[in-house]
Amino acid sequence: MHTSGVRGPFDLPGALKDAGLVAGIVVLLTLGLVGFRVQDISSGPALVTRFDDVAAAAVLAFAGRLGIALLRAQRPLPVLVAALACAIGLTLVLSHSALAESSGLAQQILPFASPVVNWTIALAAWVLGARAAWLLWHAASPLDAQAREAREARMDRLGARVQDWARYVGPLLLGIAVVLPFLPWIDRRLLDIAILVVTYIMLGWGLNIVVGLAGLLDLGYVAFYAVGAYSYALLALHFDLGFWICLPFAGIMAAFAGILLGFPVLRLRGDYLAIVTLGFGEIVRIILLNWYTFTKGPDGLSGVPRPTFFGLPFSANPPEGEASFHSFFGLEYSPLDRIVFLYYLILGLALLTNLFTLRIRKLPVGRAWEALREDEIACRSLGVHPRNTKLTAFAIGAMFGGFGGSFFATRQGFISPESFTFIESAIILAIVVLGGMGSQIGIVFAAILLIGLPEVFRELNQYRMLAFGLAMVAIMVWRPRGLLAHREPTVRLSGAPRSAAAPAQETRA
Amino acid sequence: MSAPGTPLLAVEHLTMRFGGLVAIDDVSFEAPRAKITAIIGPNGAGKTTVFNCLTGFYQPTAGRLALHHPQRGEYLLERMEGHAIPARAGVARTFQNIRLFPGMSVLENLLIAQHNVLMRASGYTFGALLGLGSYGAAERRAIEHARYWLDRVGLVERADWNAGNLPYGDQRRLEIVRAMCIDPVLLCLDEPAAGLNPRESAELNALLGFIRDQHKVTLLLIEHDMSVVMGISDHVVVLDYGRKIADGTPAAVRSDPAVIRAYLGEPETEAPS
Repeated sequence: MHTSGVRGPFDLPGALKDAGLVAGIVVLLTLGLVGFRVQDISSGPALVTRFDDVAAAAVLAFAGRLGIALLRAQRPLPVLVAALACAIGLTLVLSHSALAESSGLAQQILPFASPVVNWTIALAAWVLGARAAWLLWHAASPLDAQAREAREARMDRLGARVQDWARYVGPLLLGIAVVLPFLPWIDRRLLDIAILVVTYIMLGWGLNIVVGLAGLLDLGYVAFYAVGAYSYALLALHFDLGFWICLPFAGIMAAFAGILLGFPVLRLRGDYLAIVTLGFGEIVRIILLNWYTFTKGPDGLSGVPRPTFFGLPFSANPPEGEASFHSFFGLEYSPLDRIVFLYYLILGLALLTNLFTLRIRKLPVGRAWEALREDEIACRSLGVHPRNTKLTAFAIGAMFGGFGGSFFATRQGFISPESFTFIESAIILAIVVLGGMGSQIGIVFAAILLIGLPEVFRELNQYRMLAFGLAMVAIMVWRPRGLLAHREPTVRLSGAPRSAAAPAQETRA
Repeated sequence: MSAPGTPLLAVEHLTMRFGGLVAIDDVSFEAPRAKITAIIGPNGAGKTTVFNCLTGFYQPTAGRLALHHPQRGEYLLERMEGHAIPARAGVARTFQNIRLFPGMSVLENLLIAQHNVLMRASGYTFGALLGLGSYGAAERRAIEHARYWLDRVGLVERADWNAGNLPYGDQRRLEIVRAMCIDPVLLCLDEPAAGLNPRESAELNALLGFIRDQHKVTLLLIEHDMSVVMGISDHVVVLDYGRKIADGTPAAVRSDPAVIRAYLGEPETEAPS
């Protein structure tokens, strides 16, 4: 081993104590959640104890923590041996039982019944082993402060480069997005996931105007989404209007709701504004729930018209004498047509949001938003009207939320207040923050990560949200300022060599 | 319109109370046109409060703040909203602790100072979004304006840097030229020389002199650095405990017994420090 230089004395009792502490916390956490379980048996519900699982979790946590402590102290060899043994053993057992379609062996040896948990443990062991091997190979310690800073700088540079590449990555992603429905392995399920992801990308871009550019923490964005959805549904149901006519109305109504909320609350800042917007989101939901004569309350609105291809419905058997999409174009009827159309619809709306944001960032109002985010008092001293400027950001963000909402209504065909709970606001905000505040392409990646991953892993049932949590924790640990937190100036003095500016741009305080 | 002899700014009986505390007590002074007026005084004398009243951050308890704009006529600043004072009356200010937009580039900082001009040029956003009007030309003019001022303080090379990454002295100068970008008639500088070394202080003096002489801007200056105050001001107002205790040319103020007493204390009551 050639790690002599950085190797300090290893504090074994300390490490054991630390690992014991972690194991204790795991026991405390899992005792209630995992240790007891109500099970239906013939004589009624009974409490079943699973203390063996709790013990196994504690032992695993102890071993893992000890391994990390050893890695930090530059002693990778024992970790490598143990982790690799563990990983190989687990993988063999698990793949054997997966191939043999019988979980007999795995169930006998392994403490946990669920293959997902077992695979996760195997993966963790592999990661730990790989880390140890890497450490053994490279002498330097990657975990000390200096290295972390270096990594931070490296990731910053990466962020800058990705921003640079955005010129190429953007069109590339766009190209993939455009041909996506025609790729051979795309089925209905994947297309539905794609629609969902693009919806969240659009909502993320909309909220980005408010949170990322203007720096107004809005925890009630879903209220505008709801206003848009109900505007479309009610207009379409009562006045028999088409989607394309309702869309601008839904946007205007949502923007109006944004202004209505904005006027009284925009003199608040930071946390206070966040709390008021949170309250507003709930108020809107509760109004929708209780104003039965107008919104049908908890029953929701059903029969919201599906979108038509400029008047041509996507139905197998159109009413007599009317053409439908497939008959008009002389195609065979396919239920996928409507999904593909919905996909392109939301893609178009999302691109509109993006183009709008890119354009307005370079206009005075967009710059004033960013200036307000940076320093409101300085803005006032320069003659920028803070309230009006914030109101425009709020209204425009709300408008895109409203567009998203009417798309949601036409896609689902049924809306109820259930769909507009706080968790939706939280997810959209998470996408914006994790993507890197103000970064358009970062939001795309964050949405794919946060919405796409859990959807892909839908088979995992209750563990699905683990993927969501894992993605969030990972980003917060490795990129606390967001995936791609890097800002390009909206205007340059000379069309200019980046060389002079580059060193300064990379280390934004 | 006002006669050439009238001062640009007339502060009359300005009083500012915070609850029971009287921060400014019946202060009156004038700032002559295209001259540098320094406001000095010990810490807590109410200098920054005067600025905050002038620029709309505080609503004065009593008094009149009359600004005679050479083109646009008279404004009563105490009746205007905070953001309208720079936008309409043309009063710009800087802050004791620098307030730039640190995450934005130097050039962007200067463009935000021209926000109202650019907003009009962009047809309040709608025109420029639809590609109407001549927003491009207006933006180029604004950039040229910014370049002119960057040139004055030697920051052209760093125009695309993030403002927060500039050295301290450059940040001070940038804040001053950013205030100049709104084309003010009155520029209020709150301790512009704080934290500058002697060479930077001398450069600052030159810049302030240039602004006064070439652009005919009236300056109000809060400063502790006496080399700046005595070097460039044409007129000095001394405040102590919210009251004006002296008003005159630098030389007259320097030898005023009341000023000496305020700064050094009275011999018989001087407490050991």
